[in-house]
Amino acid sequence: MFNGGGPGRRGGRPEDAKSKDFGKAMRRLFGELKGLRVAVIFAVLLATGGSILSIVAPDKLSDLTDEITAGLKPRNIEQLEPAIGVMAANIASGLPQDSWVEVKIGESLIPADEQVEAMQIMGELGEDSSQDEKYAAFEKMPKTIRAAIEPRLDLDAVYKLAIILTALYLTSALFMLLEGVLMADASNKFAKDLRGRISRKINRLPLSYFDHNQTGDILSRVTNDVDTVATSMSQSLSTLISESMLLVGAVVMMFLTNVTMAVTAILASALGMFSMMLILKKSQKYFSMRQRELGRLNSHIEEVYSGLLVVKAYNGKRESDKKFDKLNRAVYEANRKSQFLSGIMHPVMGFVGNLGYVAVCIAGALLVMNNSISFGVIVAFITYVRLFTSPLSRIAQSMSSLQSAAAASERVFEFIDETEMTDQKALTTRIDKADIKGDIVFDHVRFGYDDSDKIVIKDFCAEAKAGQKIAIVGPTGAGKTTLVNLLMKFYDIKDGDIRIDGVSTKDMTREDIHSMFTMVLQDTWMFDGTLRENIVYNRKNVSDKRVMEICKTVGLSHFVKTLSKGLDTDLSENDSISAGQKQLLTIARGMVEDAPFLILDEATSNVDTRTEELVQAAMDKLTEGRTSFIIAHRLSTIRNADLILVMNEGDIIESGNHNELIKKGGFYAELYNSQFAL
Amino acid sequence: MFKLLKNLRPKDVALWLLAVLMIWAQVWLELKMPDYMSKITRLVQTDGSQMSEILQNGGLMLLCALGSLVSAIIVGYVISRVSATFSMRVRKKLFDKVEELSLNEIKQFSTSSLITRSTNDVTQIQMFVSMGGQMLVRAPLTAAWAIVKISNKSWQWSTATAIVVVVLLAVMITTMSIVIPRFNLVQKLTDKINGLTREHLTGIRVVRAFNAEKYQEKKFADTNDELTHTQIFNQRVMAIMSPMMYLGMQGLALAIYIIGAQLIHGASMSERITLFGEMIVFSSYAMQVVISFLMVALIFTMMPRAQVSATRICEVLDEEISVVDGKFKGETDELGTVEFRNVSFKYPDAEEYLLENINFTAKRGETVAFIGSTGSGKSSLINLIPRFYDVSEGEVLVDGINVRNYKQSALRNKIGYVSQKAVMFNGTVSSNVAYGDNGRGKISEKQIKKAVEVAQAKKFVEKMDKQYKAHIAQGGTNISGGQKQRLAIARAIARDPEIYIFDDSFSALDYKTDAALRQALKKHTGDATNLIVAQRIGTIMHADKILVLDNGKCVGQGTHKELMKNCEVYRQIALSQLTKEELNV
Repeated sequence: MFNGGGPGRRGGRPEDAKSKDFGKAMRRLFGELKGLRVAVIFAVLLATGGSILSIVAPDKLSDLTDEITAGLKPRNIEQLEPAIGVMAANIASGLPQDSWVEVKIGESLIPADEQVEAMQIMGELGEDSSQDEKYAAFEKMPKTIRAAIEPRLDLDAVYKLAIILTALYLTSALFMLLEGVLMADASNKFAKDLRGRISRKINRLPLSYFDHNQTGDILSRVTNDVDTVATSMSQSLSTLISESMLLVGAVVMMFLTNVTMAVTAILASALGMFSMMLILKKSQKYFSMRQRELGRLNSHIEEVYSGLLVVKAYNGKRESDKKFDKLNRAVYEANRKSQFLSGIMHPVMGFVGNLGYVAVCIAGALLVMNNSISFGVIVAFITYVRLFTSPLSRIAQSMSSLQSAAAASERVFEFIDETEMTDQKALTTRIDKADIKGDIVFDHVRFGYDDSDKIVIKDFCAEAKAGQKIAIVGPTGAGKTTLVNLLMKFYDIKDGDIRIDGVSTKDMTREDIHSMFTMVLQDTWMFDGTLRENIVYNRKNVSDKRVMEICKTVGLSHFVKTLSKGLDTDLSENDSISAGQKQLLTIARGMVEDAPFLILDEATSNVDTRTEELVQAAMDKLTEGRTSFIIAHRLSTIRNADLILVMNEGDIIESGNHNELIKKGGFYAELYNSQFAL
Repeated sequence: MFKLLKNLRPKDVALWLLAVLMIWAQVWLELKMPDYMSKITRLVQTDGSQMSEILQNGGLMLLCALGSLVSAIIVGYVISRVSATFSMRVRKKLFDKVEELSLNEIKQFSTSSLITRSTNDVTQIQMFVSMGGQMLVRAPLTAAWAIVKISNKSWQWSTATAIVVVVLLAVMITTMSIVIPRFNLVQKLTDKINGLTREHLTGIRVVRAFNAEKYQEKKFADTNDELTHTQIFNQRVMAIMSPMMYLGMQGLALAIYIIGAQLIHGASMSERITLFGEMIVFSSYAMQVVISFLMVALIFTMMPRAQVSATRICEVLDEEISVVDGKFKGETDELGTVEFRNVSFKYPDAEEYLLENINFTAKRGETVAFIGSTGSGKSSLINLIPRFYDVSEGEVLVDGINVRNYKQSALRNKIGYVSQKAVMFNGTVSSNVAYGDNGRGKISEKQIKKAVEVAQAKKFVEKMDKQYKAHIAQGGTNISGGQKQRLAIARAIARDPEIYIFDDSFSALDYKTDAALRQALKKHTGDATNLIVAQRIGTIMHADKILVLDNGKCVGQGTHKELMKNCEVYRQIALSQLTKEELNV
């Protein structure tokens, strides 16, 4: 009994994340609910209504119990003793029966013959007969006496109360159901809205944001944080409010019913409550410890498994085992402690309930014997004690869960509030793709990444004539990729200008510029989906024939044909695609749509040199008459460029074609010749 | 599942039995309490009861409650200990097993799946053992006991209880069977949301270059819609549960009271008080019965999930290890030789050979290079030497002994292997370079410094904040690709092996560093044998012997000059990288 709380209490999640300003976060959260606010308020009202009903119900139940107990004891028992005395006197008087003194129990007059009968029955009882024997004697009493003293159970009153109670229970259950449904809808719609906003936000943030923030961090905002907000909202918000109502209601009802009993119940429970809070706090500490240790162990497992080749080759097993054992041990300790504490919470609560019960019973018994209260009050109090003890723990739990929701929502809104890219509405200059000649001029371009004083591109001047193949080489960190980023307007330049056919890129929208370029990058970006989806990507109306043509051009057609599902092959399930093949796929993706300009940023570094030649030939054919920019590590890739720009520390230090630069014997020549050294 | 339970030590089993005993005691005490409750009720009801009697019974009841609390604490302690030990041991066993698996088996499972099996699946099992283990004993025990206690009471009450149990079980089983398959769907969709966001973030430049923002947003929105719909459906169905449980319990209590009222009404006076006491007691036992049945149902809904995890763990534990350790301890007169005799290799379940009939010998101090296009089998070939795989046919000999005969650790002590993808461990520069065990004691600081210098990593390491003590993040995410590769090479050098194996380990280095590294290596290692897989002609053109691989076959063997003359494939590769003049043809 009194195992308050449902089955399967959850262990609770580590809530070490604290919000910076709880109140502010909650206000913001509520503000963001917008259209859902009505539903949430309504749900809270329903929950509150449910609480009020659960407080009223015990009161009615107490009335019901009173009705039943009323049917337990003989009535008019206090009149029985004097009546028997009179009856005895009557019989002893020897007078004729019609002149006997009138005997009345309750409203009924006892006939003389019944008096004689009653006295005979009473005579069989001894002085020290037990209650049961007395009751048995009552059963044998003649009709009128029995009718007068027999306990009367008013079944109609019981049924009436039962109907009221049923109605109360049904309404309360209905409220709970409605509240659950409303909150499920509201919280999930809210979560969906937040996720959608984050997804759209990603597209409006400047690239520099992603340079400073880790993918994992943003990912956890989309999933974990949004989930935390949604679940806490659906579970904690209404719980918190309704349980608080329950708590207050229980206290009020207790005091209204009986002050002495109320004080007893609260004192008895408070002791248990206090110890439970202690356990809750401690167990939360161990839960976050467990999460932390488990995280450490998992990352060690991940590290060893993914580097197993090296672990084996270097006989690193002993070393990794030692670390594993240590971490495994730590997880064990944290596991044991957190589980133990969360496991005993339930029994402790049960004990608190029992303690409250006994206290209420004893105090109640005392009062009943003094005739200050009825037995129904005890029954009511038994329920009140439960109503009083169970919300406390739930309130504590939902408070901490709301805390973490606040922290999570802060992180979500922080992301949503990030500064976006500059507005492009004012930019109206457009060049028709078909009319592009293909000249690009870099005019004293100067650039440094945000919040860094370091200038990456110092004073870059260069001119690309229509149809030229321009190669950019230089050591890591020279600014090659930055240059491409500027050309694509991924970043805004600080000083100077980049002009396409004489039009400043500052006056064009990012989308317009992007549509003029085909760009293939070093990292082979593939997404979950079929081969076809990965090649066609966001372009519409691309026929399979066209896709296969492109595959043939980049040398993938054989590979595609060997796959049993061909273009429908799912990339996510297929690990057998090599880095080289992936790179060819990204090149294919770039080739689906013709654009006046081509950028290859280390696009062929994972392809073997023979395949690269094939791809290059195909590319050359494609880019005939188009201006192209090539960044490459492999010098063989760029040997036949029209113009090679050698960059170092943000500047062009040499330029010319391959032969000129070799002849010059400078930086490029040195770089080139080192490949023949021993 | 039960197979896994064998991992419990006798001591744990004994502890668990103790827990069962304590649960028994706890249930007994808990079910004893209503007896006192009814006594108290009766005493309160009866005129002339002594306060001392009430106090005595109340005290006894509290004693029961305290005893049950104490046994619950003992049970909690024991169960948490046993389940934590259990998961620790299973995890350890898995980890040991995975470390022994050959690359072939790992490939079959996939690394990420092995990781999930060692982490999430173990946690799942542990949760089940700790929760289920206790409840599976407790719930049926309570139910049975409580039923016995109330079985001889009025049948009307029992019928009401039975009806409520059946109805609630039906509700619970129906909702669970509707919801649980969709829980898995929710998990999948959440993973998909994660995947979509990840792809969006990692490909942000591609997305923008292709003006594909709307395309990504739409993909995300579709999944987001699906996730939201499924979630709402699930939670709505789940929302039925708790009001139903509430209604069931309250309803049962009410029914018992009404039935009680009728019974009392029909009973004789002397029976009435007894009936009333029974009613109060019955209502509390009935609740126990209902709760216990619900618990059992809950465990059965949890079971399939744990079962799946258990199966996945057993799959790994039962996997037969294909690479069996030899006995030879590695003391040889011959040093630094590697010989392939008619070696062919294919994956056990594959039809096509990855390598066919490979023959070559590398002598002490020689440099042997392997070149060929992607997928030609270069990596597979050199992976046979440290026995990451076993040959399908033929023999691989190191220092004249078949690699199968070596103890694996002895064989690998002779080898310094640098993988294609540089592997870095969480730790410092030093701990990464001195990683592992070469059978000759700890690698000294001096050796570490020397190795780093030879690997051309000295400059950047000494520029780092704490130099050799500088922190390296897991996977080496805080240093560049070229830096990782150089540290990986330093790791092999620090090992001071007879045989070096470089599996395309120079690809992230620029030409200058590549050349300098090879020069320094030659000087430092002197008489060690070098086996190099490479893509760049420049890296290998000075090798003593070059093997040209094409589709798993060796199509040419010789020096650069010889191959330029007589190997068409080699010539094509060379000419794709350098001009004729540069190749000195």
